[in-house]
Amino acid sequence: MPLVKIPVVLRQSVGGAKEVDADGGDVGAVLRSLADQHPDLQSQLFGPDGSLNRYVNVYLNDEDVRVLDGLDTTVGESDVLNVLPAMAGG
Amino acid sequence: MSPSGAEVIRKIREQVEEVDPAEVSEHLGNGVVLVDVRESEEWDRGHIPGAVHVPRGYLESRVDAAVGDRNKRVILYCASGQRSALAAHTLKELLGYPNVASMTGGITLWKDRGYKVEVPKTLTTEQKERYSRHLLLPEVGTEGQAKLLDAKVLLLGAGGLGAPTALYLAAAGVGKLGIVDDDDVDLTNLQRQVIHTTGRIGTPKVDSAEATIAALNPDVEVVKYPVRLDASNIMEIIDGYDVIVDGVDNFPTRYLLNDATVRLGIPVVSASILGFDGQLAVFKPHDGPCYRCLYPVPPPAELAPSCGANGVLGVLPGTMGMLQATEVIKLVTGIGEPLVGRLLLYEALGATFTELKVRRDPQCPICSRDPSEIADEEMGVFPDYEAFCAAAG
Repeated sequence: MPLVKIPVVLRQSVGGAKEVDADGGDVGAVLRSLADQHPDLQSQLFGPDGSLNRYVNVYLNDEDVRVLDGLDTTVGESDVLNVLPAMAGG
Repeated sequence: MSPSGAEVIRKIREQVEEVDPAEVSEHLGNGVVLVDVRESEEWDRGHIPGAVHVPRGYLESRVDAAVGDRNKRVILYCASGQRSALAAHTLKELLGYPNVASMTGGITLWKDRGYKVEVPKTLTTEQKERYSRHLLLPEVGTEGQAKLLDAKVLLLGAGGLGAPTALYLAAAGVGKLGIVDDDDVDLTNLQRQVIHTTGRIGTPKVDSAEATIAALNPDVEVVKYPVRLDASNIMEIIDGYDVIVDGVDNFPTRYLLNDATVRLGIPVVSASILGFDGQLAVFKPHDGPCYRCLYPVPPPAELAPSCGANGVLGVLPGTMGMLQATEVIKLVTGIGEPLVGRLLLYEALGATFTELKVRRDPQCPICSRDPSEIADEEMGVFPDYEAFCAAAG
């Protein structure tokens, strides 16, 4: 099952975990399955129309899914998804 | 009877290929390695641009590293052509270099012919001692240290990230350090902002940082900007700096900085921290993506807590600040592979580093444009970022 790495600012929404397993054959399915398990994530990850919020970067392994097929990017069983919003702390 | 020294030299010169300075000038840069075999004092007084320096006394031990590929065409020179002929003979006969020549007449004839000579910046005796561990590194050496001493680096913030970065850049001998910060030193800062001290609580951070840097390294000129960077002053403040270190604690300034530095072509070494997590990237305008390519829009306020609200491990900005200082030194000296087009994530609790690719966005509203096509009246004019970020939240 693909592994999703959760950034600091979203950990509270998943019970504090740094990484969680989530099922799905593409990026959209994995993230929707994650939001189903943790409903607080729904509005943090997705806009009202179901598209990924622009302020959330998602990487499949080390590549930004925006340069792949976005939410339709195929995800393998051993892939890692990194969810990454910008941070401004200095 | 044994031959005289002059006789030996004459015979060796007969066996070595000698080339005229005109030929050397013509072929410089075409895969030819030009090696100056004179002593360090002679090199410091002026040498041929593009040459590498290997004193004849260190020839056998250092020439391989300096030349790289033995099969390259190697031309040696000295003051008059004698020492270089002897060195060429050594390279050919003892070390087996296949394609070696000595330049006739040395740098004396080169100068007489009117060809260009470069006079390197020299270090004082004290500087040679202070930076001796840099000078021992072939990748830095006197040339790299001279670049550091000539460098102008601007630090945005003398806080968590700026404090340790400023300390190490000052120690490394960065000649001019600008510091932008309008805050005073506060007791809560001292858990991580190691450039400040308990005795300086209540004093401006720029003054505190200046005092520490002055005590550490008198070579460094500190330029203080006790202001908050905004659209009205950014172009004036950042213009002329070689590299900018972004350690600011808010999104409006990060976007503003990005747009201004893309316009002026100044690279930014950017880091951010929160809790136990850090992010690091180098944004080198037009060579790689910019901040907007990575983060097209800032997150809403609930997903962008500050270190003041969320907390931060005191050591973390030290770790990230050291990585920033390292990237600055690489950019200034031109060594290594800067973190351009890559985002480095550090997670302190798991002790993990993760590297992600960052691509240029062909639709980027800022860096997809040619700066020269931006009209004069647009320069220095920015949208209201405070309102922009507030609206996003």
